[in-house]
Amino acid sequence: MSLKIIVLAKQVPDTRNVGKDAMKADGTVNRAALPAIFNPEDLNALEQALRLKDAYPGTTISLLTMGPGRAAEIIREGLYRGADGGFLLTDRAFAGADTLATSYALSMAVRKIKDYDLILCGRQAIDGDTAQVGPQVAEKLGLPQVTYAEEIQKAENGRITVKRRLERGVEVVESTLPLVVTVNGSAPDCRPRNAKYVQKYKHAKTVSEKQEADSDYTELLNSRPYLNLQEWSVADVNADTLHCGLSGSPTKVKKIESVVFQTKESKTLEPSDAAIDELMRELILNHTVG
Amino acid sequence: MNNLFLYCEIEDGIVADVSLELLTKGRSLATTLGCKVEAVAIGHKLDKIGEQVFPYGVDVLHLFDDARLYPYTSLPHTSVLVKLFGEEKPQIALMGATSIGRDLGPRVSSALGSGLTADCTSLEIGGHEEKKENKVYENLLYQIRPAFGGNIVATIINPECRPQMATVREGVMKKEILRPDYKGETKKHDAAKYVSDTDFAVSVISRQIEKSKTNIKGSSVIISGGYGVGSKENFRLLYDLAAVIGGEVGASRAAVDAGFAEHDRQIGQTGVTVRPKLYIACGISGQIQHIAGMQESSIIISVNNDPNAPINAIADYVITGTVEDVLPKMIKYYKQNTK
Repeated sequence: MSLKIIVLAKQVPDTRNVGKDAMKADGTVNRAALPAIFNPEDLNALEQALRLKDAYPGTTISLLTMGPGRAAEIIREGLYRGADGGFLLTDRAFAGADTLATSYALSMAVRKIKDYDLILCGRQAIDGDTAQVGPQVAEKLGLPQVTYAEEIQKAENGRITVKRRLERGVEVVESTLPLVVTVNGSAPDCRPRNAKYVQKYKHAKTVSEKQEADSDYTELLNSRPYLNLQEWSVADVNADTLHCGLSGSPTKVKKIESVVFQTKESKTLEPSDAAIDELMRELILNHTVG
Repeated sequence: MNNLFLYCEIEDGIVADVSLELLTKGRSLATTLGCKVEAVAIGHKLDKIGEQVFPYGVDVLHLFDDARLYPYTSLPHTSVLVKLFGEEKPQIALMGATSIGRDLGPRVSSALGSGLTADCTSLEIGGHEEKKENKVYENLLYQIRPAFGGNIVATIINPECRPQMATVREGVMKKEILRPDYKGETKKHDAAKYVSDTDFAVSVISRQIEKSKTNIKGSSVIISGGYGVGSKENFRLLYDLAAVIGGEVGASRAAVDAGFAEHDRQIGQTGVTVRPKLYIACGISGQIQHIAGMQESSIIISVNNDPNAPINAIADYVITGTVEDVLPKMIKYYKQNTK
């Protein structure tokens, strides 16, 4: 049984490698100083989609991402690994969205795509770690959800079997299709780019990118329709601006502080027998240990 | 009406620690607000839930007992909460930031159109002034959480939408009984009226949940290892020291990701928060995320061959050396000098 799969993916600042210049003096984040990457768990989700495509010939994979124009890079990264197409949701009206406004926008785009069996996304994004968007998209679309997926074991006859990785164990669940599955970081890593697909899709562009490009891509993109990446605004997905971005976000940030820990006067010891013996003697005497 | 609600996580008839910790916090928030604490238990065979939660100061316990509601699946538990919250109009709703709470919370918040803040590290009550609109809000829930990989701490509020929802990880709040004889009211609901057949689209085929093997949260001595320990084999030294001096082994996220230690030993913002008497950090550089989960330890010893490791700044003792060199010396001294 072939499947139509949508993978939700996000371009995120790489918060795992935060350098000294990542924070501005006023305590806000200097996004420009952080490299933009494909959210790691969204790559795990893409790999699950690609495995389904391997297992069920005829399966198609579309990426859906929301962000600024440069987030089109996420779609190309997906195409380089074996996805078939993608949609970029980009509009100033989407800016400042919390998870609820984000899931509203994504769900409207999914409704526009219309024909799908399965929506996959990472469990959470590393810039927020909230794990909320997947379940909220499911709720907005009235679909069942399976979170913390580690392996999609099969998807046949309108049913899907998924192994979930929980804090203290594993669970295997079965569900009807369509549904939303969020994939855990413990799932297999995504395969690398495929040179053949890189050649095929390296000039894939959104309308904005085509306009901003130095050379003229009109002829190339006209002759190869698969190189045109869809770019959608609020109006394109029939979204209500009131429910998008800042105005659609019930949560507000009241205050942001940079993290400062109380430093201590520490005593530095050499790793000598005498110094360690003395430390241990002290810990035993004051009943910290023993 | 407009009380503080808490979703109780239940496994085999036992209320999870994280729920009891949140009840403790919820009780103090409710006292500040002058409202009641109402707990919600959804599952099967819930006869013993009341005796577990009432001592924490629960005023009303809502029971939804139905064989189909255990084990947990997202949709029916969502339907129960959404309908119950629609009837009761809570001002605050809390749940554990566990694999259940983080599955359920967002779905409920989406259905209610209310804001949810995940993984709060602190909850407070306070006011807010919206200068542009000339509005003043009193008694809002301040949902305080790290963001951006732990590099900043944000205070989040939901001025307009109710309930104000938040999840909190295990170990972040302290569990404390209010009064052993505290008595609340139990309300048994007809669960069938709250769920529909379509809520059972997902069925659990098999389930292997282990009782937590480790008790790092309750241990007064923790020997914790980071990526700098270098290998799973070197982690043996940490277990040896823990066995000798009586403690548990913890790990940083980097060490867990590298496969040196199991996930349930992870300490930090995305793991467990600990407050032991003694914390020995071995080969841990001291990412903010890790420090946030252990900074309240009474005595911190850092064993690190990098004299400039950030963790050294919050350590009481810094031993500049390798784990292979230092830990055997500690074990040797302890063995020779105690019974």
